[in-house]
Amino acid sequence: MVDHIVYYLIIFVLAVFVGYHVVWSVTPALHTPLMSVTNAISAIVLVGAMLAAGPAAFDWGGWVGVAAVVLASINAVGGFLVTQRMLEMFKRKEPAAKRAGGH
Amino acid sequence: MSANQVALWYLVASICFILALKGLSHPSTARRGNLLGIVGMVIAVVVTLALVYSHTKNVGMILAGIVVGGAIGVVVARRVQMTQMPELVAAFHSLVGMAAVLIAISAIHDPAAFGLPVPLPSGNRLELFIGTFIGAITFSGSVIAFGKLSGKIRSAPVVFAGQHWLNLVLALVMIGFGIMFFLAGDESKWLPYIVMTAIAFVLGVLIIIPIGGADMPVVISMLNSYSGWAAAGIGFSLNNPMLIIAGSLVGSSGAILSYIMCKAMNRSFVNVILGGFGAEPGAAAAGGGEKKTVKSGSADDAAFVMGNAESVIIVPGYGLAVARAQHAVKEMATKLREKGVNVRYAIHPVAGRMPGHMNVLLAEAEVPYDQVFEMDDINGEFGTTDVALILGANDVVNPLAEEKGSPIYGMPILEAYKARTVIVNKRSMAAGYAGLDNPLFYMDKTMMVFGDAKKVVEDIVKAID
Repeated sequence: MVDHIVYYLIIFVLAVFVGYHVVWSVTPALHTPLMSVTNAISAIVLVGAMLAAGPAAFDWGGWVGVAAVVLASINAVGGFLVTQRMLEMFKRKEPAAKRAGGH
Repeated sequence: MSANQVALWYLVASICFILALKGLSHPSTARRGNLLGIVGMVIAVVVTLALVYSHTKNVGMILAGIVVGGAIGVVVARRVQMTQMPELVAAFHSLVGMAAVLIAISAIHDPAAFGLPVPLPSGNRLELFIGTFIGAITFSGSVIAFGKLSGKIRSAPVVFAGQHWLNLVLALVMIGFGIMFFLAGDESKWLPYIVMTAIAFVLGVLIIIPIGGADMPVVISMLNSYSGWAAAGIGFSLNNPMLIIAGSLVGSSGAILSYIMCKAMNRSFVNVILGGFGAEPGAAAAGGGEKKTVKSGSADDAAFVMGNAESVIIVPGYGLAVARAQHAVKEMATKLREKGVNVRYAIHPVAGRMPGHMNVLLAEAEVPYDQVFEMDDINGEFGTTDVALILGANDVVNPLAEEKGSPIYGMPILEAYKARTVIVNKRSMAAGYAGLDNPLFYMDKTMMVFGDAKKVVEDIVKAID
C-alpha cells in the first residue's frame, strides 16, 4: 500500500511541471497581471481557513480560523478584481487619429 | 456531500486555475482566463462550505469572515492606482503568508476540524512546520517589501557585518526547533512551534532588508513564489490536493519570473538575495577624473526634434512611474502620430519595480499594446530610428553593460545609444541605482532635458504644434 504522502508528492511534482510549462507561455507584457492572478489563486488557502473557522466546538482556534478567512478573502476577492481591472485596460484601441476623425 | 464528490469538485477548480494562467498567453484571452480563475475559486469555496455544513453546521462565522474580507478586497481593488500595483501585490502576498500561519496554528490546536487524526501524526507536523515557516517568511518579507515599495521605509539596502552568518545561524536554529516540534509529545508541542515561527518572522525581515529598490522585481517575484509554496505546504498538511496543485502553479510561476528578472540583470539569484548591490557607489565609475559635460536642452527643443523625426522610440523607466507621467506620454505620442511620426515603446524586463510594471502603466493610459515592444523585438530597430526618448530610465540603457570590467557588464540593455538622436529626461544628474555613471548622457548626439517626467512631457505636448 502506497502512503498518502507519496500520492501527494506525485500530484505536487506534476503540478509544478504544468505550472512551469503554462507560465513560460505567458506574454511578458502581462507579467504584472500574472503576479496578481497567481496571488489571487494562492488565496486558495481560504479553503483551509474555512475548515479552521467551522469546527464542531468553536473555541479560540475557531477565532484564529476566522482571522485567516478574513485575510484570505481580502486576497482572493481583491486579487481577482484588481487583475480584471488591469486586463480591462489591455484592449486594442481604435487609433486615436481615426477617433478624432469623427467615427 | 461525500468525500469523493468534494475531491472531484476540487479537481474542477484546479483545472480552472491552470486555464486561468493559460489565458494570459495573449491579451485577447486574458480576461476569460481571469474569469475562469474566479469560477475555480467560487467552486472551491461553495464546495468547502457544503462540506463544513454537512459535518458541523457551523458556517456562520465562515460566512461572516468571507463577507468582511471580501468587502475589504473590493474596496482595495477599486481604489488602488496603477502606479501603486507593486506595493499592492506585496501587501497581498503578506496576507497569504499570514493566513497560512494562522491555519497551521489552528490545525495544531484542533486537528479534528480538518479531518486529521488526533493527536497529529508526525508526518503532518513536518508539513505544518514547512508551511508555517514559508508562510511566516512570506508575511514579514512582504511587509518589508511593501514598506520599501510604498516609500514608507527607505528602499536603500541595509547591510551590516556578519549579516549572512546571522541569517544562516538563525535558519539552522529555526530548523532545530522545527525538528523538536516534529519529535515533541502532544503536551510539549507548542513551545518549539512558537519559537520556530518567531524566528521565521525575523528571518523574513532580515532576508529582504539588504535588497535595494531596483532589485524589487526579483524580490516581489520571489515572494510570489513563496506564497505559492506556503499554500502547497498547507495543502500537504491538510491532505488537500487542490491546495497542492494551486500552490505549485503559483510557486513555479513566481520562480520563473524571478529567473527572468535575474537574467535581465545578468545576475545570479544568489547575488540578488545576498543583497547590498549598489550600496557602495561605483569606485569603478569615478575612474577618469576628467570633468565631462552634458548638453542640456528644453522641452521645446525636444518637441522640435521629435516633431521633425520620422520615427521615435520611447523608453520608459521607474521615473515615469514615480511622476505618473503615463497619460501625458500617451498624449504626446498621439500628437506625434498625428504628424506622421512612427512612435513605439521599448520595454526592458526589469524597468520599474515589478515584472510588467511599465506595460500596465501604458495600458492604463490606453496605449495600444501593439505599439509596445519587448527588448528583443525592438533592439534591432534603434539603429534606424531618429530619436530615442528615455523617460526616467538609466541602467537599462547604460552602454557600460557592453564594456568588460564594468559592474553591470553582460546585462542586456536597450540599445538606445544607436539611435540618431537621444533625448534623456531625468530629474538630476544623480547616478542610477547601480551607482554607475552613464556614458550615454555624455554622447554628442544626446540632449538632456532635466525635470519631473510629467512636467517635461506636458511641456513637450504644448510645444508640438
